[in-house]
Amino acid sequence: MGEIPVQKDVPWLVTFKISWGSLRRRLLRSLVTMTGVVLAIAFLAHMLITDSIIYALVEVNERALNILLQKSDVDISNVGTGDSLMVLFLFLTLLITLVGISNSMFMAVTERVREIGTLKCLGAHDNFIIRSFLIESSLQGVLGTLCGIILGMTVALSVALVSYQAYVFKYFPLAAVIKALMISFVIGTVLSVVASIIPAYMAARKQPVEALRHEE
Amino acid sequence: MSEVILTVQDVTKVYTMGAEKVHALRGINLEVAQGEYLSIMGPSGSGKSTIFNMIGGLDSPSAGEVLFEGAKLAHLSSAQLAWFRCHKIGFIFQSFNLIGSMTTLENVSIARVFAGASLEQAKQEAAEVLTRVGLGHRLTHLPSQVSGGQQQRIAIARALVNKPSIILADEPTGNLDLKTGEEIIDLLAEMKQDLGITVITATHDLKMLSRSDRVILIADGQIRRITKKGEVEIEVGSVDGETVA
Repeated sequence: MGEIPVQKDVPWLVTFKISWGSLRRRLLRSLVTMTGVVLAIAFLAHMLITDSIIYALVEVNERALNILLQKSDVDISNVGTGDSLMVLFLFLTLLITLVGISNSMFMAVTERVREIGTLKCLGAHDNFIIRSFLIESSLQGVLGTLCGIILGMTVALSVALVSYQAYVFKYFPLAAVIKALMISFVIGTVLSVVASIIPAYMAARKQPVEALRHEE
Repeated sequence: MSEVILTVQDVTKVYTMGAEKVHALRGINLEVAQGEYLSIMGPSGSGKSTIFNMIGGLDSPSAGEVLFEGAKLAHLSSAQLAWFRCHKIGFIFQSFNLIGSMTTLENVSIARVFAGASLEQAKQEAAEVLTRVGLGHRLTHLPSQVSGGQQQRIAIARALVNKPSIILADEPTGNLDLKTGEEIIDLLAEMKQDLGITVITATHDLKMLSRSDRVILIADGQIRRITKKGEVEIEVGSVDGETVA
Protein backbone atom coordinates (compact mmCIF):
# COMPACT_ATOMS: atom_id res chain seq x y z
CA MET A 1 0.00 0.00 0.00
CA GLY A 2 1.27 3.47 -0.81
CA GLU A 3 1.08 6.58 1.32
CA ILE A 4 -1.74 6.52 3.84
CA PRO A 5 -4.03 9.53 3.22
CA VAL A 6 -5.07 12.12 5.76
CA GLN A 7 -8.52 11.75 7.33
CA LYS A 8 -10.89 14.43 6.05
CA ASP A 9 -13.00 16.60 8.33
CA VAL A 10 -16.68 15.95 8.84
CA PRO A 11 -18.54 19.12 7.67
CA TRP A 12 -19.88 21.51 10.34
CA LEU A 13 -23.53 20.95 9.41
CA VAL A 14 -23.21 17.17 9.64
CA THR A 15 -21.40 17.51 12.95
CA PHE A 16 -24.19 19.78 14.16
CA LYS A 17 -26.88 17.29 13.18
CA ILE A 18 -25.04 14.44 14.93
CA SER A 19 -24.41 16.52 18.06
CA TRP A 20 -27.97 17.76 18.27
CA GLY A 21 -29.40 14.26 17.84
CA SER A 22 -27.16 13.01 20.58
CA LEU A 23 -27.79 15.93 22.94
CA ARG A 24 -31.57 15.68 22.52
CA ARG A 25 -31.58 12.17 23.92
CA ARG A 26 -29.71 13.00 27.08
CA LEU A 27 -31.19 16.41 27.66
CA LEU A 28 -32.30 15.64 31.19
CA ARG A 29 -28.89 14.24 32.03
CA SER A 30 -27.10 17.22 30.55
CA LEU A 31 -29.34 19.62 32.46
CA VAL A 32 -28.00 18.05 35.63
CA THR A 33 -24.51 18.86 34.39
CA MET A 34 -25.74 22.32 33.49
CA THR A 35 -26.91 23.16 37.01
CA GLY A 36 -23.83 25.34 37.37
CA VAL A 37 -24.87 27.46 34.40
CA VAL A 38 -28.51 27.59 35.46
CA LEU A 39 -27.71 28.77 38.97
CA ALA A 40 -25.06 31.27 37.92
CA ILE A 41 -27.27 32.86 35.28
CA ALA A 42 -30.27 32.78 37.62
CA PHE A 43 -28.18 34.74 40.10
CA LEU A 44 -27.08 37.23 37.46
CA ALA A 45 -30.57 37.71 36.01
CA HIS A 46 -32.03 38.08 39.49
CA MET A 47 -29.47 40.76 40.35
CA LEU A 48 -29.99 42.75 37.17
CA ILE A 49 -33.78 42.60 37.25
CA THR A 50 -34.07 43.47 40.93
CA ASP A 51 -31.71 46.35 40.32
CA SER A 52 -33.73 47.77 37.45
CA ILE A 53 -37.00 47.42 39.34
CA ILE A 54 -35.63 49.21 42.38
CA TYR A 55 -34.13 51.92 40.19
CA ALA A 56 -37.50 52.48 38.51
CA LEU A 57 -39.34 52.62 41.82
CA VAL A 58 -36.86 55.07 43.34
CA GLU A 59 -37.29 57.33 40.30
CA VAL A 60 -41.05 57.56 41.05
CA ASN A 61 -40.23 59.26 44.36
CA GLU A 62 -43.59 58.67 46.04
CA ARG A 63 -43.82 58.88 49.80
CA ALA A 64 -45.59 55.56 50.46
CA LEU A 65 -43.32 53.79 48.02
CA ASN A 66 -40.19 55.33 49.53
CA ILE A 67 -41.21 53.95 52.91
CA LEU A 68 -41.59 50.49 51.38
CA LEU A 69 -38.17 50.86 49.76
CA GLN A 70 -36.58 51.90 53.03
CA LYS A 71 -38.21 48.93 54.76
CA SER A 72 -36.40 46.69 52.25
CA ASP A 73 -33.09 48.35 53.16
CA VAL A 74 -32.74 50.23 49.87
CA ASP A 75 -30.41 53.21 50.14
CA ILE A 76 -32.58 55.62 48.13
CA SER A 77 -30.01 58.40 47.89
CA ASN A 78 -27.45 56.08 46.35
CA VAL A 79 -29.44 54.03 43.81
CA GLY A 80 -28.40 54.29 40.18
CA THR A 81 -25.22 56.23 40.88
CA GLY A 82 -23.13 53.23 39.87
CA ASP A 83 -21.54 52.92 43.30
CA SER A 84 -18.40 50.84 43.58
CA LEU A 85 -20.04 48.20 45.77
CA MET A 86 -22.52 47.49 43.00
CA VAL A 87 -19.75 47.16 40.42
CA LEU A 88 -17.87 44.80 42.70
CA PHE A 89 -21.01 42.76 43.22
CA LEU A 90 -21.59 42.49 39.47
CA PHE A 91 -17.98 41.49 38.92
CA LEU A 92 -18.30 38.74 41.53
CA THR A 93 -21.48 37.53 39.87
CA LEU A 94 -19.70 37.23 36.55
CA LEU A 95 -16.83 35.38 38.18
CA ILE A 96 -19.26 32.91 39.78
CA THR A 97 -20.93 32.48 36.38
CA LEU A 98 -17.64 31.75 34.65
CA VAL A 99 -16.52 29.25 37.31
CA GLY A 100 -19.94 27.57 37.32
CA ILE A 101 -19.96 27.20 33.56
CA SER A 102 -16.39 25.95 33.12
CA ASN A 103 -16.91 23.49 35.93
CA SER A 104 -19.92 22.08 34.12
CA MET A 105 -17.99 21.82 30.85
CA PHE A 106 -15.11 19.95 32.50
CA MET A 107 -17.66 17.58 33.98
CA ALA A 108 -19.14 16.99 30.54
CA VAL A 109 -15.73 15.99 29.17
CA THR A 110 -14.86 13.72 32.08
CA GLU A 111 -18.24 12.02 31.81
CA ARG A 112 -17.60 11.14 28.19
CA VAL A 113 -13.93 10.17 28.06
CA ARG A 114 -14.72 6.62 27.05
CA GLU A 115 -17.02 7.79 24.30
CA ILE A 116 -14.23 10.01 22.95
CA GLY A 117 -11.87 7.00 22.88
CA THR A 118 -14.44 4.95 20.99
CA LEU A 119 -15.04 7.70 18.45
CA LYS A 120 -11.31 7.96 17.85
CA CYS A 121 -11.14 4.21 17.27
CA LEU A 122 -13.87 4.64 14.67
CA GLY A 123 -11.72 7.17 12.88
CA ALA A 124 -12.87 10.47 14.36
CA HIS A 125 -10.48 13.27 13.58
CA ASP A 126 -9.50 15.56 16.48
CA ASN A 127 -11.42 18.38 14.79
CA PHE A 128 -14.64 16.37 14.92
CA ILE A 129 -14.28 15.90 18.68
CA ILE A 130 -13.55 19.62 19.19
CA ARG A 131 -16.44 20.73 17.01
CA SER A 132 -18.99 18.37 18.45
CA PHE A 133 -18.02 19.37 21.99
CA LEU A 134 -18.21 23.05 21.12
CA ILE A 135 -21.60 22.61 19.47
CA GLU A 136 -23.00 20.52 22.29
CA SER A 137 -21.71 22.77 25.02
CA SER A 138 -22.98 25.86 23.23
CA LEU A 139 -26.41 24.29 22.91
CA GLN A 140 -26.27 23.19 26.53
CA GLY A 141 -25.11 26.68 27.45
CA VAL A 142 -28.05 28.29 25.66
CA LEU A 143 -30.53 25.89 27.26
CA GLY A 144 -28.95 26.29 30.69
CA THR A 145 -28.96 30.06 30.26
CA LEU A 146 -32.65 30.09 29.31
CA CYS A 147 -33.54 27.98 32.34
CA GLY A 148 -31.40 30.24 34.52
CA ILE A 149 -33.06 33.38 33.18
CA ILE A 150 -36.52 31.98 33.86
CA LEU A 151 -35.52 30.97 37.36
CA GLY A 152 -33.81 34.29 38.13
CA MET A 153 -36.69 36.33 36.74
CA THR A 154 -39.28 34.36 38.68
CA VAL A 155 -37.43 34.82 41.95
CA ALA A 156 -36.72 38.52 41.32
CA LEU A 157 -40.34 39.29 40.41
CA SER A 158 -41.74 37.29 43.32
CA VAL A 159 -39.50 39.05 45.82
CA ALA A 160 -40.30 42.46 44.30
CA LEU A 161 -44.03 41.72 44.41
CA VAL A 162 -43.87 40.75 48.07
CA SER A 163 -41.84 43.85 48.96
CA TYR A 164 -43.44 46.55 46.81
CA GLN A 165 -46.83 45.02 45.99
CA ALA A 166 -48.84 46.62 43.18
CA TYR A 167 -46.25 49.36 42.67
CA VAL A 168 -44.17 46.83 40.73
CA PHE A 169 -46.91 46.56 38.09
CA LYS A 170 -47.66 50.24 38.06
CA TYR A 171 -44.09 51.34 37.43
CA PHE A 172 -42.76 48.17 35.80
CA PRO A 173 -39.55 49.07 33.91
CA LEU A 174 -40.24 46.82 30.92
CA ALA A 175 -37.40 48.11 28.75
CA ALA A 176 -34.86 47.83 31.55
CA VAL A 177 -35.99 44.30 32.43
CA ILE A 178 -35.79 43.19 28.79
CA LYS A 179 -32.33 44.69 28.63
CA ALA A 180 -31.37 42.79 31.80
CA LEU A 181 -32.69 39.56 30.28
CA MET A 182 -30.75 40.12 27.09
CA ILE A 183 -27.56 40.90 28.98
CA SER A 184 -27.96 37.70 30.99
CA PHE A 185 -28.61 35.70 27.83
CA VAL A 186 -25.61 37.06 25.97
CA ILE A 187 -23.30 36.65 28.98
CA GLY A 188 -24.52 33.09 29.61
CA THR A 189 -24.13 32.02 26.00
CA VAL A 190 -20.79 33.71 25.37
CA LEU A 191 -19.33 32.40 28.63
CA SER A 192 -20.62 28.88 27.84
CA VAL A 193 -18.85 28.85 24.52
CA VAL A 194 -15.67 30.42 25.87
CA ALA A 195 -15.61 28.12 28.89
CA SER A 196 -16.01 25.04 26.71
CA ILE A 197 -13.06 25.78 24.40
CA ILE A 198 -10.41 24.42 26.78
CA PRO A 199 -12.39 21.29 27.76
CA ALA A 200 -13.10 20.63 24.06
CA TYR A 201 -9.40 20.75 23.24
CA MET A 202 -8.68 18.57 26.25
CA ALA A 203 -11.23 16.07 24.97
CA ALA A 204 -9.70 15.97 21.50
CA ARG A 205 -6.18 15.55 22.83
CA LYS A 206 -7.06 12.47 24.86
CA GLN A 207 -5.12 9.50 23.56
CA PRO A 208 -7.58 6.76 22.57
CA VAL A 209 -5.74 4.14 24.64
CA GLU A 210 -5.93 6.29 27.74
CA ALA A 211 -9.55 7.13 27.03
CA LEU A 212 -10.58 3.49 26.53
CA ARG A 213 -8.88 2.44 29.75
CA HIS A 214 -11.01 4.98 31.60
CA GLU A 215 -13.51 3.28 33.91
CA GLU A 216 -17.01 4.65 33.81
CA MET B 1 -0.24 -18.60 2.51
CA SER B 2 -1.78 -15.57 0.92
CA GLU B 3 -0.40 -12.07 1.02
CA VAL B 4 0.95 -10.67 4.30
CA ILE B 5 -1.17 -7.74 5.41
CA LEU B 6 0.35 -6.99 8.78
CA THR B 7 3.88 -7.36 10.10
CA VAL B 8 4.98 -6.91 13.68
CA GLN B 9 8.79 -6.59 13.84
CA ASP B 10 10.76 -6.93 17.07
CA VAL B 11 8.21 -4.85 18.93
CA THR B 12 8.94 -3.98 22.52
CA LYS B 13 6.96 -1.73 24.80
CA VAL B 14 8.17 -0.34 28.08
CA TYR B 15 5.89 1.68 30.33
CA THR B 16 7.37 3.84 33.02
CA MET B 17 5.24 3.79 36.12
CA GLY B 18 6.84 6.12 38.61
CA ALA B 19 10.41 4.90 39.06
CA GLU B 20 9.54 1.41 37.86
CA LYS B 21 9.79 0.20 34.28
CA VAL B 22 7.21 -2.31 33.13
CA HIS B 23 8.07 -4.41 30.08
CA ALA B 24 4.71 -5.06 28.46
CA LEU B 25 6.18 -6.56 25.27
CA ARG B 26 9.66 -8.05 24.90
CA GLY B 27 10.34 -8.52 21.22
CA ILE B 28 7.24 -9.69 19.37
CA ASN B 29 7.54 -10.91 15.76
CA LEU B 30 4.43 -11.76 13.84
CA GLU B 31 3.12 -11.88 10.30
CA VAL B 32 -0.58 -11.96 9.58
CA ALA B 33 -1.93 -13.02 6.19
CA GLN B 34 -4.88 -11.48 4.40
CA GLY B 35 -8.06 -13.32 5.37
CA GLU B 36 -6.52 -15.11 8.32
CA TYR B 37 -8.38 -15.75 11.58
CA LEU B 38 -5.86 -15.29 14.35
CA SER B 39 -6.49 -15.73 18.04
CA ILE B 40 -4.21 -14.33 20.68
CA MET B 41 -4.35 -15.99 24.07
CA GLY B 42 -2.68 -15.24 27.32
CA PRO B 43 -3.36 -14.42 30.93
CA SER B 44 -4.28 -10.85 31.83
CA GLY B 45 -1.21 -8.66 31.93
CA SER B 46 0.54 -10.83 29.34
CA GLY B 47 0.65 -8.02 26.77
CA LYS B 48 -2.36 -9.01 24.65
CA SER B 49 -4.05 -5.64 24.86
CA THR B 50 -0.77 -3.87 24.19
CA ILE B 51 -0.33 -5.78 20.92
CA PHE B 52 -3.90 -4.95 20.02
CA ASN B 53 -3.34 -1.27 20.63
CA MET B 54 -0.21 -1.33 18.47
CA ILE B 55 -1.95 -3.04 15.57
CA GLY B 56 -4.87 -0.62 15.82
CA GLY B 57 -2.55 2.38 15.75
CA LEU B 58 -3.70 3.39 19.22
CA ASP B 59 -0.28 3.08 20.81
CA SER B 60 3.26 3.13 19.46
CA PRO B 61 6.07 0.67 20.23
CA SER B 62 9.12 1.65 22.32
CA ALA B 63 11.23 -0.17 19.73
CA GLY B 64 10.47 -2.16 16.59
CA GLU B 65 7.87 -1.54 13.91
CA VAL B 66 4.28 -2.39 13.11
CA LEU B 67 3.72 -2.37 9.35
CA PHE B 68 0.35 -2.39 7.66
CA GLU B 69 0.74 -3.33 4.00
CA GLY B 70 4.27 -2.01 4.23
CA ALA B 71 3.40 1.34 5.84
CA LYS B 72 5.03 1.99 9.21
CA LEU B 73 2.30 2.98 11.65
CA ALA B 74 4.67 4.80 14.00
CA HIS B 75 5.52 7.27 11.22
CA LEU B 76 1.93 8.36 10.60
CA SER B 77 0.48 11.69 11.69
CA SER B 78 -2.62 11.71 13.88
CA ALA B 79 -4.81 12.54 10.86
CA GLN B 80 -3.31 9.63 8.91
CA LEU B 81 -3.85 7.33 11.88
CA ALA B 82 -7.47 8.47 12.03
CA TRP B 83 -7.83 7.56 8.34
CA PHE B 84 -6.14 4.21 8.95
CA ARG B 85 -8.40 3.33 11.90
CA CYS B 86 -11.44 4.49 9.98
CA HIS B 87 -10.85 2.64 6.71
CA LYS B 88 -8.66 -0.31 7.56
CA ILE B 89 -9.48 -1.42 11.10
CA GLY B 90 -12.76 -2.48 12.67
CA PHE B 91 -12.64 -2.47 16.46
CA ILE B 92 -14.81 -4.73 18.58
CA PHE B 93 -14.61 -4.37 22.36
CA GLN B 94 -15.43 -6.62 25.24
CA SER B 95 -17.80 -4.04 26.71
CA PHE B 96 -19.26 -3.13 23.27
CA ASN B 97 -18.51 0.60 23.67
CA LEU B 98 -21.62 1.78 21.91
CA ILE B 99 -22.59 5.43 22.27
CA GLY B 100 -25.52 5.45 24.67
CA SER B 101 -27.21 8.54 23.28
CA MET B 102 -27.22 7.23 19.70
CA THR B 103 -29.65 4.75 18.15
CA THR B 104 -28.52 1.45 16.67
CA LEU B 105 -28.53 3.01 13.23
CA GLU B 106 -26.60 6.11 14.31
CA ASN B 107 -23.99 4.06 16.17
CA VAL B 108 -23.16 2.30 12.92
CA SER B 109 -23.66 5.16 10.48
CA ILE B 110 -21.32 7.53 12.33
CA ALA B 111 -18.40 5.32 11.29
CA ARG B 112 -19.49 5.79 7.66
CA VAL B 113 -19.75 9.54 8.17
CA PHE B 114 -16.15 9.58 9.41
CA ALA B 115 -15.20 7.80 6.20
CA GLY B 116 -16.71 10.67 4.22
CA ALA B 117 -20.24 9.46 3.41
CA SER B 118 -23.20 11.85 3.58
CA LEU B 119 -25.66 11.31 6.45
CA GLU B 120 -28.33 9.76 4.22
CA GLN B 121 -25.92 7.50 2.40
CA ALA B 122 -24.30 6.48 5.73
CA LYS B 123 -27.69 5.60 7.22
CA GLN B 124 -28.66 3.56 4.21
CA GLU B 125 -25.43 1.57 4.22
CA ALA B 126 -25.56 1.14 8.00
CA ALA B 127 -29.08 -0.24 7.72
CA GLU B 128 -27.88 -2.77 5.14
CA VAL B 129 -25.07 -4.03 7.39
CA LEU B 130 -27.37 -4.09 10.43
CA THR B 131 -29.88 -6.18 8.48
CA ARG B 132 -27.07 -8.50 7.57
CA VAL B 133 -26.16 -9.10 11.22
CA GLY B 134 -29.84 -9.69 11.99
CA LEU B 135 -30.78 -6.34 13.51
CA GLY B 136 -32.83 -4.82 10.70
CA HIS B 137 -35.79 -4.56 13.09
CA ARG B 138 -33.90 -2.71 15.82
CA LEU B 139 -32.64 0.35 13.94
CA THR B 140 -34.26 3.01 16.10
CA HIS B 141 -33.56 1.38 19.46
CA LEU B 142 -31.00 2.78 21.86
CA PRO B 143 -28.21 0.43 23.02
CA SER B 144 -29.80 0.28 26.48
CA GLN B 145 -32.98 -1.11 24.92
CA VAL B 146 -31.40 -4.20 23.35
CA SER B 147 -29.72 -7.29 24.81
CA GLY B 148 -25.98 -7.78 25.28
CA GLY B 149 -25.75 -10.09 22.28
CA GLN B 150 -27.57 -7.57 20.14
CA GLN B 151 -25.29 -4.79 21.37
CA GLN B 152 -22.29 -6.81 20.27
CA ARG B 153 -23.96 -7.35 16.89
CA ILE B 154 -24.33 -3.59 16.57
CA ALA B 155 -20.62 -3.27 17.38
CA ILE B 156 -19.81 -5.87 14.71
CA ALA B 157 -21.93 -4.00 12.18
CA ARG B 158 -20.12 -0.80 13.14
CA ALA B 159 -16.76 -2.52 12.70
CA LEU B 160 -17.79 -3.88 9.29
CA VAL B 161 -19.53 -0.87 7.79
CA ASN B 162 -16.36 0.69 6.35
CA LYS B 163 -15.26 -2.65 4.86
CA PRO B 164 -12.01 -2.81 6.86
CA SER B 165 -9.07 -5.07 6.12
CA ILE B 166 -8.70 -6.18 9.72
CA ILE B 167 -11.20 -6.74 12.51
CA LEU B 168 -9.60 -6.35 15.94
CA ALA B 169 -11.81 -8.02 18.51
CA ASP B 170 -10.73 -7.79 22.13
CA GLU B 171 -12.50 -10.54 24.09
CA PRO B 172 -15.68 -10.08 22.03
CA THR B 173 -17.53 -12.82 23.91
CA GLY B 174 -16.19 -11.90 27.35
CA ASN B 175 -19.37 -10.17 28.52
CA LEU B 176 -21.81 -12.58 26.90
CA ASP B 177 -23.39 -15.85 28.00
CA LEU B 178 -22.29 -19.08 26.35
CA LYS B 179 -24.98 -19.34 23.70
CA THR B 180 -24.92 -15.67 22.71
CA GLY B 181 -21.12 -15.79 22.61
CA GLU B 182 -21.33 -18.73 20.25
CA GLU B 183 -23.67 -16.81 17.94
CA ILE B 184 -21.22 -13.91 17.90
CA ILE B 185 -18.34 -16.26 17.04
CA ASP B 186 -20.39 -17.78 14.22
CA LEU B 187 -21.17 -14.32 12.93
CA LEU B 188 -17.51 -13.27 12.96
CA ALA B 189 -16.45 -16.47 11.22
CA GLU B 190 -19.18 -15.97 8.62
CA MET B 191 -18.07 -12.39 7.94
CA LYS B 192 -14.49 -13.52 7.66
CA GLN B 193 -15.52 -16.18 5.18
CA ASP B 194 -17.83 -13.99 3.10
CA LEU B 195 -15.88 -10.76 3.07
CA GLY B 196 -12.32 -12.10 3.28
CA ILE B 197 -11.59 -9.87 6.27
CA THR B 198 -8.65 -10.67 8.51
CA VAL B 199 -9.86 -11.29 12.06
CA ILE B 200 -7.57 -10.91 15.05
CA THR B 201 -9.11 -11.67 18.42
CA ALA B 202 -7.90 -11.79 21.96
CA THR B 203 -9.81 -14.52 23.69
CA HIS B 204 -10.04 -17.20 26.34
CA ASP B 205 -13.02 -18.70 24.58
CA LEU B 206 -12.22 -22.25 23.46
CA LYS B 207 -14.87 -22.08 20.76
CA MET B 208 -13.11 -19.15 19.18
CA LEU B 209 -9.83 -21.02 19.30
CA SER B 210 -11.20 -23.95 17.34
CA ARG B 211 -12.33 -21.54 14.61
CA SER B 212 -8.91 -19.95 14.32
CA ASP B 213 -6.35 -20.51 11.60
CA ARG B 214 -3.64 -19.86 14.15
CA VAL B 215 -3.57 -19.48 17.91
CA ILE B 216 -0.81 -17.46 19.46
CA LEU B 217 -0.02 -17.90 23.11
CA ILE B 218 1.52 -14.91 24.82
CA ALA B 219 2.99 -14.74 28.29
CA ASP B 220 5.20 -12.09 29.89
CA GLY B 221 5.26 -10.05 26.71
CA GLN B 222 6.64 -12.83 24.54
CA ILE B 223 5.16 -15.28 22.09
CA ARG B 224 5.38 -18.67 23.77
CA ARG B 225 3.78 -20.83 21.14
CA ILE B 226 2.03 -20.68 17.80
CA THR B 227 -0.49 -23.40 17.06
CA LYS B 228 -1.85 -23.87 13.54
CA LYS B 229 -5.32 -25.00 12.56
CA GLY B 230 -5.74 -28.73 12.83
CA GLU B 231 -3.43 -28.89 15.80
CA VAL B 232 -5.73 -26.59 17.72
CA GLU B 233 -8.54 -28.97 18.54
CA ILE B 234 -6.22 -31.69 19.80
CA GLU B 235 -4.29 -29.29 21.96
CA VAL B 236 -7.15 -27.26 23.32
CA GLY B 237 -7.01 -29.05 26.66
CA SER B 238 -3.37 -28.32 27.25
CA VAL B 239 -3.63 -24.76 26.05
CA ASP B 240 -6.48 -24.34 28.46
CA GLY B 241 -4.51 -25.89 31.28
CA GLU B 242 -1.57 -23.61 30.70
CA THR B 243 -3.32 -20.32 30.49
CA VAL B 244 -6.54 -20.27 32.38
CA ALA B 245 -5.71 -19.40 35.94
